[in-house]
Amino acid sequence: MVEMMSEKKFDYFIQGEKNKWEVIIGLEIHAQVLSKSKLFSSSPTKFGAEPNSQVSLLDSAFPGMLPVINQFCIEQSIKTGLGLKAKINLHSVFDRKNYFYADLPQGYQISQYKNPIVGEGEIILDMPYGSKKVRIERLHLEQDAGKSIHDLDPENTYVDLNRSGIALMEIVSKPDLRSPDEVSAYVKKLRSIMRYLGTCDGNMQEGSLRADVNVSVRKVGNKELGTRCEIKNVNSIKFMQMAINYEAKRQIELLESNKIVNQETRLFDIKKNKTRTMRSKEDAHDYRYFPDPDLLPLNIEKSLVDMLKKDLPELPDEKKERFIKEHNLSAYEATILVSEKEISDYYEEVVKSCDKKLATNWITGDLFAVLNKKNVSISKSPISANNLSSMISMISSGKISGKIAKNVFEKMQINDEDPQKIVEREGLVQQSNPKKLEKLIQEVIAKNEAKVSDYKAGKVKLFGFFVGEIMKASKGKANPILVNKILKAKLN
Amino acid sequence: MSIDKDTVKHISKLARISLDEKKVDSLSKNLSSIIEFIEKLNELNTDKITPLTSIIDASLTSRKDEAKNENIRDKILKNSPEKNAEFFVVPKVIE
Amino acid sequence: MKDLTKKTLCNLVKGIKKKDFTSEEITNFFIENSKNGKKLNTFITTNFERALEEAKNFDKNKNYEGLLSGIPLAVKDLFCTKDVKTTAGSKMLNNFIPTYESTVTSNLWKEGAFLLGKLNCDEFAMGSSNETSFFGNVINPYGDKLIPGGSSGGSASALAANFTPATIGTDTGGSIRQPASFTGTVGLKPTYGRCSRWGIVAFASSLDQAGPMTQNVEDCALLLEAISSYDSKDSTSANIKVDQYTKNLTDNIKGLKIGIPREYRVENMPDEIDVFWKKGIEFLKDAGAIIKDINLPHTKYALPSYYIVAPAEASSNLARYDGVKYGHRAKGNNLNEMYENTRSEGFGDEVKRRILIGTYVLSSGYYDAYYIKAQKVRQLIKNDFDKAFKDVDAVLTPSTPNSAFKVGDKKDDPISMYLNDVFTVPVNLAGLPAISIPAGHDKNNLPLGLQLIGKAFDEQTILNLSLAIEKRASFKRQITEWWK
Repeated sequence: MVEMMSEKKFDYFIQGEKNKWEVIIGLEIHAQVLSKSKLFSSSPTKFGAEPNSQVSLLDSAFPGMLPVINQFCIEQSIKTGLGLKAKINLHSVFDRKNYFYADLPQGYQISQYKNPIVGEGEIILDMPYGSKKVRIERLHLEQDAGKSIHDLDPENTYVDLNRSGIALMEIVSKPDLRSPDEVSAYVKKLRSIMRYLGTCDGNMQEGSLRADVNVSVRKVGNKELGTRCEIKNVNSIKFMQMAINYEAKRQIELLESNKIVNQETRLFDIKKNKTRTMRSKEDAHDYRYFPDPDLLPLNIEKSLVDMLKKDLPELPDEKKERFIKEHNLSAYEATILVSEKEISDYYEEVVKSCDKKLATNWITGDLFAVLNKKNVSISKSPISANNLSSMISMISSGKISGKIAKNVFEKMQINDEDPQKIVEREGLVQQSNPKKLEKLIQEVIAKNEAKVSDYKAGKVKLFGFFVGEIMKASKGKANPILVNKILKAKLN
Repeated sequence: MSIDKDTVKHISKLARISLDEKKVDSLSKNLSSIIEFIEKLNELNTDKITPLTSIIDASLTSRKDEAKNENIRDKILKNSPEKNAEFFVVPKVIE
Repeated sequence: MKDLTKKTLCNLVKGIKKKDFTSEEITNFFIENSKNGKKLNTFITTNFERALEEAKNFDKNKNYEGLLSGIPLAVKDLFCTKDVKTTAGSKMLNNFIPTYESTVTSNLWKEGAFLLGKLNCDEFAMGSSNETSFFGNVINPYGDKLIPGGSSGGSASALAANFTPATIGTDTGGSIRQPASFTGTVGLKPTYGRCSRWGIVAFASSLDQAGPMTQNVEDCALLLEAISSYDSKDSTSANIKVDQYTKNLTDNIKGLKIGIPREYRVENMPDEIDVFWKKGIEFLKDAGAIIKDINLPHTKYALPSYYIVAPAEASSNLARYDGVKYGHRAKGNNLNEMYENTRSEGFGDEVKRRILIGTYVLSSGYYDAYYIKAQKVRQLIKNDFDKAFKDVDAVLTPSTPNSAFKVGDKKDDPISMYLNDVFTVPVNLAGLPAISIPAGHDKNNLPLGLQLIGKAFDEQTILNLSLAIEKRASFKRQITEWWK
């Protein structure tokens, strides 16, 4: 299989009034760890519970309460680090990050500052212009904060501490991203890796994946980085892209008017499609990090890391390579099939017992179209993997044709019915009996003597007409391959 | 090193403690003398020493990932000076 | 009413078993004494009615299995006690009623004791004279103008005045040992990690330890055994078996090596302190110990190091007191104003000082110069002790550089107040166990204590050495009940 060399080049540059600019982006992603209980307390972590119903004395920082770390959260971070091909730090330290806010009952967040649990790693992105490596700076564990609800009461804020203390992995990239599209690909890939690993469900609507976006600009050709601004808590990829677009242009406008960009924290206003200052320099937080004296340093055994490495599921990049080599798929097809764990699971279930090429086409074509139309993910597919597989097997065996299959496919969507039953009940079995087909074809030819003469005289396009008539006569059931063969023989 | 009034005001903001001018004044004096006292440590050269990281010669112990499902919302909210049936209630932040 | 004045905790425990007296009789005795002792201001919250109920129940059920069966005990108001107000000596927690019980006090109740009341202390355990409590000063039973020491001043005073047969306090820089020295009682700070910190209002997490305060060494061993345990809810709790301190208590200390650190002979130390120190050395020699001179070269840097580390940790531990979840709340037009007013109203001056120092030494630009420096010095101090303990089994020093001073004497001079802890603070920095035992009275007839510092988790040795000193010192508290 020869892959066409991509001719597309990277082209996200912004033409200012005076100069051509490029955009430098780094992301800090907060990913909620999938675990039953919180990082330092045994409260449950389920989303959507009654306010303050999943809060312990520790989560609400009562006097004398002390943190005890959740072993599984440690392992989930290590697994994520391994999925990012990153260095696992066998020695790490928990630090207190001190600041005041209503949803931070302790008055500090337990986080990691100078000694995070995971060090440098990387993520490879598949862009239209080729592979792009994005370097990861670090991953550390920290507590999530509670929720402040500002709009239930005109004068007050309500505080719900259910989320307070849930384990977060903060994943910091180096400023290697250069466009909103790369940002989108990065977030999707990172989310996919964590879903493959089962370490985070990546559900941005529920807040289990949030991002702070760091944006700066520089003239094309310059090597130094410009001053960056941080856009906090953007909770969808679309908004991230909009925010980056706006912010880049804002900074370019400032710089081209000989003003400077102030390093500051900003918020993205989704109604106005603008970023605005969140904190002035005066209110800048001084977090006064110091090692948490309620916790000892974390020392991890190498044997634990080795064991977790051994038990890692196959990750998207490896799976993609395997699909290309062993299933003979194209890079493009493989990329789509591994993009989400649910899709690759579905595909692998389907191809357990049917042709891989057909499976690929049916899944990425017809099935995806249905899912899009119904706006559901493949985990809620109206057609189960088993049934799709069964249908495809019938095509391979010649029991039904591709055309008939489209009909069966439609009908399967109603109740996810076994396609064999549908075919039998509706008499959709392909007509593949050569003698019967010959008779049918002979009849059609006999009815259309004039056209036959035209065909023989050179109007070869009429072949399609004959096929059409044969299909009509057979109510669509004639085996197209055999029809072709027999018709050709008869006409020549 | 002395701690001037502006520094006292700055730290008190970080620590969320309001102080009147008189207090700022007396604290500036108090804190300066305390800092002078603790600066005795500068007599020691500690370049080659690692800071103490834990008194106990042990590593962090952990617990199993088991959720205790008891809803103790009543206990949690009981002592709050301002609350309703479900939430803690606080004055709004000025953004 | 039976006069149980001369009875120690151990006497009472045995007496109840032998049916010499009932739990109700004991409880009434201490309640009477306490009610007559209001001038000393030792109690913040009394639990007398419930204590009597417990006593009556005990006498009915007669379960003698615990180490402290049937004994009423008052404890420092820093331990969270379920359904009983716990204030930490502060306006900030003046209305706080915990829905949970600290591990250490749970251990006491498991052994058959019950709560008599909550004892006054310096606010959030910050102080050396019990003059910073929101609930007023505690008075030393030795004289109505004298401070009892701090921060466990209420505990030491109530113990010395017989309002409780024994008690527990907490020690972060000397808060058990120093008041013990000032009131002629015994106070022990266990090795860091020996007792659980769960449910104790936190001051400085890497230094705080709960410990027994008793009339004599035998009582101290018993109470230490009762409160010590490994607690999986406390990540700094030591998973080391608790010794049978009572069973192994002996004054046979022949051959034990005692270190005398020359650096503890500080500038301007009163001669009397030196005299008592030498007396202590003689007692131990007499008991067969071998005396050795040792060096603890970084001793003089312990106080400055402590006054960086402790306030730093405190500034962070006390950030939770913001008026949102519990405790005092002031009005404010917005969140920050509410915080600032709440904390300004809720905290006293000393607490504010320490929070501000702590915030400062952790702040941007100063962290390395102060906090990291202090932690390095702390390592040096620990190294000093580790080295010394290769040659000796325990270290003998005075507990305090002077005896109890008058109320108001050091109020405006924080540094002078801090210097009270010069002998006790190095021990907390190194995480070691130490005990203060009364050794005699100074020329003003005020008590002075001797301190024994032990190896980590070797409380037994310092208890044994203390017993040897106690037997030879024949110390008797010279207190008249002037407050009645």
